[in-house]
Amino acid sequence: MPVVTLTVNDELVSGQSGQSLLSLLKELGIEMPTLCHLEGLSDRGGCRLCMVELQGSKRLFAACVTPVQEGMVVYTHTERLNNYRRMILELLFAERNHVCAVCVQNGHCELQTQAAKNGMDSVRYDYLVPDLPMDASHERYVLDHNRCILCTRCVRVCDEIEGAHVWDLMGRGVNSRVIAGLNQPWGDSDSCTKCGKCVQVCPTGALTLRGSTVAEMEKQHDFLKWILTGREKKQWDYS
Amino acid sequence: MARKQTNPREDAAPAAPPSNGKIRLATVWMGGCSGCHMSFLDLDEKLLDLFAQADLVYSPIADLKEFPENVDVTLVEGAIANVDHVKLAKEIRERSKIVVSFGDCAVTGNVTSLRNRLQVDDLLTKVYHEGPGSVPHGDDDDIMPALLPRVIPLHQLIKVDAFIPGCPPDTDRIWTAVSALLAGQPVEFEPEMRLFG
Ligand code: SF4
Ligand code: SF4
Ligand code: SF4
Repeated sequence: MPVVTLTVNDELVSGQSGQSLLSLLKELGIEMPTLCHLEGLSDRGGCRLCMVELQGSKRLFAACVTPVQEGMVVYTHTERLNNYRRMILELLFAERNHVCAVCVQNGHCELQTQAAKNGMDSVRYDYLVPDLPMDASHERYVLDHNRCILCTRCVRVCDEIEGAHVWDLMGRGVNSRVIAGLNQPWGDSDSCTKCGKCVQVCPTGALTLRGSTVAEMEKQHDFLKWILTGREKKQWDYS
Repeated sequence: MARKQTNPREDAAPAAPPSNGKIRLATVWMGGCSGCHMSFLDLDEKLLDLFAQADLVYSPIADLKEFPENVDVTLVEGAIANVDHVKLAKEIRERSKIVVSFGDCAVTGNVTSLRNRLQVDDLLTKVYHEGPGSVPHGDDDDIMPALLPRVIPLHQLIKVDAFIPGCPPDTDRIWTAVSALLAGQPVEFEPEMRLFG
């Protein structure tokens, strides 16, 4: 693949043409905050945390869906970007009901960690306090809309990796919701194979194992890499 | 809907040492479970260091009725949940140089705000009317303070200069914050000390 040369935070670097800016930044060891991105799933530029500034444009660009380009001049942690990142995180906390102290994901949550890392010490916006249900109809798992950040990792893993496409989104803006099937109780879904992939990739306490209590839920994404290496390179590591 | 952002690092004025050389420290218990104060007491021997430098001028662990004047640093545990909290919070702001949201309930509303999706009347009915005793409304008897329709974090009512997250904040966080404030420095935490919950 042809090599492109670009400038990142005032340093000259090179990348592979066609690769995403986010993957290059990660290779360079630059820590980029992300929530909707997950190695092994398609990127959608939804959470906007990986936004960067590109010289010559007032717009901000989500690094996960921006390909590297020859001559690009990129800034990843300007004050403007850091402020927006904090605002995004505060808006996520204000939009649903996050009460970490009594959440199953407490201590192992990507949203909670990103908030702390990005300097969020409080939420400047009024909490919307939406009246949202939980779906506990599935025999193994629970969906709690109160903790969902609409990252669609569940939608993508179920569609792209499991091939069942149980999940999708309905509604718009703050009224958006993750739905199973055609908006039916998850437990009634005929297409769900009960594989649990959506639960493991969910960054928050929105998808959890049935019966887990406060701070008990921990997730692991290793299976994604394992499956993809197996499928793409025909290397199945059973060790 | 946007509120003025209170950034502790920019706004917090250093606590000027008062005449006897000691910082006038207050701690307040609003809509919280007192867990933050329990954690404060867990400072154990560090409390001796603390009170070598500070006088405790108001606190649930000291028997004082009025919030005093000229307080240097006030730690507020708990969210704003009733009309008494509103009145006291405003007094605290007027009489304190530095106000600190102490623990998740003060910072986010946390557990105290779990009731926010319910109507206050439904709440009182559930807890009192369907239980023993009569429903207190607060407005008539002056004994039970009336509940606010919604519990809010402290900084949504008054300006707050620093935040100590945690439910409850552990002693490392409390000591990091308190020792910075005693030294007249802004409160700064490492990311892992900033986690809610
Ligand atoms: S999902 Fe994460 S941020 Fe939300 S309440 Fe649970 S632990 Fe906190
Ligand atoms: S358990 Fe598996 S099949 Fe069922 S919704 Fe989740 S990812 Fe899809
Ligand atoms: S349920 Fe979890 S994975 Fe799915 S959109 Fe919500 S936060 Fe993301």
